[in-house]
Amino acid sequence: MNQHENAHADKSVDTLTTDTATRRDFLKAGAVVAGATLAPGVLFYGVAHSRPAEEPASKAVRWGMLINTQKCGDGCKSCVTACNEENGLSGKTGPQDSQWIRKVDIRNLQTGAHHELPMLCQHCENPPCVDVCPTGASMKRADGIVLVDRHICIGCRYCMMACPYKARSLVHEPLTEQKPDVPRGMGCVEACTFCVQRVDRDEAPACVDACTQAGHNAMLFGNLNDAEGPIAKALKSMASTEVRADLNLNTGVRYQGI
Amino acid sequence: MMAKSLLKRGIGVMLFAVGGLLAPLSVAQAGVDVPKLPPAKGASKCVEDTDFMRRNHMDLLKHHRDDTLRLGIRTTKHSLKGCVECHASEKTGSVAANKEDFCVACHSYASVKLDCWGCHATKPAQKSAQKPAGHPSAVSGSTRAGGDK
Amino acid sequence: MNIAFREIQAKQGYWLTMLVLGALAGAGVLSALYMEHHGHIVTGMTNQIVWGLPHVFAVFLIVAASGALNVASIATVFGKTLYKPLNRLSALMALTFLAGGLMALVLDLGRADRLVVAMTQYNFKSIFAWNVILYNGFFAIVIAYLWTMMDRKGSPWYKTVGTFAFVWRLILTTGTGSIFGFLVAREAYDAALLAPMFIIFSFNYGLALFLLILMGLYKGDNRPLGDKLVNRLRSLLGTFVAASLYFTLVYHLTNLYFTKHHGLEAFLLLEGGIHTQMFWLGQVLIGYVVPMAILFNPATNGRGWTVIAAVAAVLGGLAQMWVTIIGGQAYPMDMFPGYAVTSGFYDGVVNAYSPALVEILLGIGGVATAVLLTVGASKVLRFMPERLDDETLVALHGKH
Repeated sequence: MNQHENAHADKSVDTLTTDTATRRDFLKAGAVVAGATLAPGVLFYGVAHSRPAEEPASKAVRWGMLINTQKCGDGCKSCVTACNEENGLSGKTGPQDSQWIRKVDIRNLQTGAHHELPMLCQHCENPPCVDVCPTGASMKRADGIVLVDRHICIGCRYCMMACPYKARSLVHEPLTEQKPDVPRGMGCVEACTFCVQRVDRDEAPACVDACTQAGHNAMLFGNLNDAEGPIAKALKSMASTEVRADLNLNTGVRYQGI
Repeated sequence: MMAKSLLKRGIGVMLFAVGGLLAPLSVAQAGVDVPKLPPAKGASKCVEDTDFMRRNHMDLLKHHRDDTLRLGIRTTKHSLKGCVECHASEKTGSVAANKEDFCVACHSYASVKLDCWGCHATKPAQKSAQKPAGHPSAVSGSTRAGGDK
Repeated sequence: MNIAFREIQAKQGYWLTMLVLGALAGAGVLSALYMEHHGHIVTGMTNQIVWGLPHVFAVFLIVAASGALNVASIATVFGKTLYKPLNRLSALMALTFLAGGLMALVLDLGRADRLVVAMTQYNFKSIFAWNVILYNGFFAIVIAYLWTMMDRKGSPWYKTVGTFAFVWRLILTTGTGSIFGFLVAREAYDAALLAPMFIIFSFNYGLALFLLILMGLYKGDNRPLGDKLVNRLRSLLGTFVAASLYFTLVYHLTNLYFTKHHGLEAFLLLEGGIHTQMFWLGQVLIGYVVPMAILFNPATNGRGWTVIAAVAAVLGGLAQMWVTIIGGQAYPMDMFPGYAVTSGFYDGVVNAYSPALVEILLGIGGVATAVLLTVGASKVLRFMPERLDDETLVALHGKH
């Protein structure tokens, strides 16, 4: 993440390919070529990433999300539907069903101000779920994505007690027909993974794509550590909020407009 | 309960090991019991020697699962998904839907409990389920939303 | 003079008791197998009330187990020799009630078949992982403690091991209280007070159960049990009940002082429906007022009254665990202070919980297992003094 050029598609491809030498930058330039053909002015997601399959996730990256609540609205649930589709969730909303992302309506008790926002795993830097997990099944990957290792999850649900965002669910019944990329099963706790299977192949989480598709553009995903990247720039230039900021968890998901 | 299943597992492993040693010597006698495995699709060869896989597939899978989940290493050579893609049977399209399917056939023969398929898909990804080209989750899906500020 | 310890007699009453307890314990195990097969969908527990009735019973039994050891600790560590004849039963109950509690806890796990993972993989930042170590260590230490009581070869270590066991049990209950105390997310928890409060609760529940088991076994086996000892334990129980009330008072007064906790307190004390009833009728009235009224009143010092007081303290303890565990989860988490929150995932609403039969059976199965092991062990080994009548005790200790 050193001398990262800002990967705006409107930058000259020649400049990028000539003044960089590292492999990452080469890949980045390639990505810009691809991006440039798509839509001018749209920022490319894969730039900072482009990690080969055999390379582990790196601490140099921290994945994050910025949600603009001013743009989220109309009771739109595209993000929820896309998440269910991508990860093979049933979409049922009973008290025993899993929800990885949900739409939350909030209304200020004094002013009546109303906001809608998607709530999901906040991918904290200091996640309480990881702290409390007795076996180490709750874990944070080097690039900041908080996951459950279902191979050693014993289903004690202490993480669900500890999560301030109600982001986690226990799988309450036997499952079949799981997605090959998203194993999930009875007796283990689960939550939003930032669509890690997509992130690892250079795609944004399904909810983010769906939000863009729906024309809301309320969700921005990217590398928080990339000072020149759009998410870091946006966070630097305007006010944003961490939910339960009092807990000082340094969440990876941040909100604007609340 | 725990001890019993451990015991069962231990005995199973022992029987399997003994069976494996005797197999080349006494195929004829053991023929009735030895599972008939459905043929693998695609590649003519497994990712490792068959003998090696028989004895060590669990270690490869365990190692790979930790690498993938915990480190984010996404190589496919020793991935469970890779196994499923090749070894799903013609009949059921699965590695564990019935007694003749690849994983179940051997594991019930060896009496070793399988703990993969409560969570993992037993069938390869459906071709029809794949997104058509040009869908936002393909290349253009990589665009960051909200970049118009 | 030495006191003689004897196994209890296997008469009709013994076998009947064992049969009933065995049936209850078996029903608990079958319930767990049923849950294991179908998943937690067959329980009343949800993604909002993630810990339910099995945890109420399990935590109660674990806390009571550490408290049951108190009688032995008083004899060993604080040199009150009057209690020394009781120390074997006290240590035995510490083991059996911990076993019963852990049974309910472990069989409720989503993946109970992976118990070996819990025993071999530790995240040392987790108080839960520490508790696994503390529970296992407690078994080992209390077994060693029993050995120093029951085997002449062990007796030189009696005081050392007993002191160590006492310290360990304080750490253990601190750990149990901290399971809740270390939960930063929820308003009802996240308080250092929970650890010492759980220690006081453990004195209370452990002694109440000890009194009941002691009186039950002596009555059942037709052994003499004098008022001298029972009355000592009675007034001790009264003190522990009063101390529990004190901690409960401080906990709620502190919350009432902080504006941010007013919502939680209004919920628990006034508007919480079943949780409010559990608090006022269960924890306070049955758990504190009734036992204190009986135990501190010289007019009600008969055996029957003592049994009522001890049973009330136990029921109050279960009610307290309900309020702490279920009530604490039922109250919605305040993710957006100053906002009214709604969603399709039960944000901003009081979470409903109605326990399923399997949960009730699993919880009672844990209690039954604890009592079953206690009674069974008393039949196999010499845990109980042959006589505990006043004359024997005076002969042993003089008239204090």
